[in-house]
Amino acid sequence: MNNLKMSIATMLLLAVSFTNAQEKEKMKMDHSKMDHSKMMNMNSDTKAEAILNDYFNLKDALVADDTKKAAQEGSKLAASLKAFDASKYTAEEQKELADIIEDATEHAEHIAKSDMGHQREHFKTLSKDMSDLIAITGTKSTLYEQFCPMYDGGSSWLSSSDQVRNPYYGSKMLKCGKVQKTIQ
Amino acid sequence: MKIVKVIALVLLVGFVGIQFIPTERNQNDTVPKTDFMLVHNVPEKIQQKLQVSCYDCHSNNTQYPWYNKIQPAAWFLEDHIKEGKAELNFNEWDSLSNRRKKSKLRSIIKQIESDEMPLYSYTLIHKDASFSEAEKQELIRWIEQLKDSI
Repeated sequence: MNNLKMSIATMLLLAVSFTNAQEKEKMKMDHSKMDHSKMMNMNSDTKAEAILNDYFNLKDALVADDTKKAAQEGSKLAASLKAFDASKYTAEEQKELADIIEDATEHAEHIAKSDMGHQREHFKTLSKDMSDLIAITGTKSTLYEQFCPMYDGGSSWLSSSDQVRNPYYGSKMLKCGKVQKTIQ
Repeated sequence: MKIVKVIALVLLVGFVGIQFIPTERNQNDTVPKTDFMLVHNVPEKIQQKLQVSCYDCHSNNTQYPWYNKIQPAAWFLEDHIKEGKAELNFNEWDSLSNRRKKSKLRSIIKQIESDEMPLYSYTLIHKDASFSEAEKQELIRWIEQLKDSI
């Protein structure tokens, strides 16, 4: 008799927790739906955001004079670039994007297998590719185009912060440069 | 003493053996319309320099040296040529977009400036392929101009 009571109690408990879990699941789904619609409204491209994010990680590694980290971020960036999907853009934009992506991928791949000097050389052209990419795809965050007049006759890069941290010189001249343009 | 003989024999057989493994030869009779020299107005002096110092590995046509007949030298060459063409092929220059051309020209300048190209192992044997300091500057200046004009 006691046994029977115990099993009924257990079953009830299980049933309650199960419904509870389902409820939570539903809530989670609602939540994700909400996020999704929000993103659609803001018209941002998640794949482009992922590329930009990898680019910033790469930049930070160069600022920190960390060749190994920069190489890793370079190969991550190359992968994100290859995963980019241009299908929702106009034919003309697609052509331009394909060109940018091809060029940027090559630079990212070289960064993945080079020493710091080379990494920074490639980062310069890569930065140009990035700003051209963003000009087409747009981005949901505010970006700052920064400029160092000393490196290779003047070179720019993108940052998510208005504080200058120089990826071309790292600790040698960490704060050399200025904000040239704010991209919103 | 016997062991030395055996090893020598094995090495000899191996050396003779690998001579029969064929390598891919990088040679073509025609120069495509996309060739660097055909799309740009390249001064003769620079044309010649590029041909001698770069085209062996960065085009579809290699002027093979005598030691290409011997393995394993031929393998090293094959490898260098493959890698070189993947990075930059002057014969296919015009198939690149302007963005890619500028990118490549920038890399060419950097490579020459830092003496990474032409490869040391190449200029060691091809004495005429190495650049004097004056030639280097002239070439870089010309490529800079070309880059800015694209």
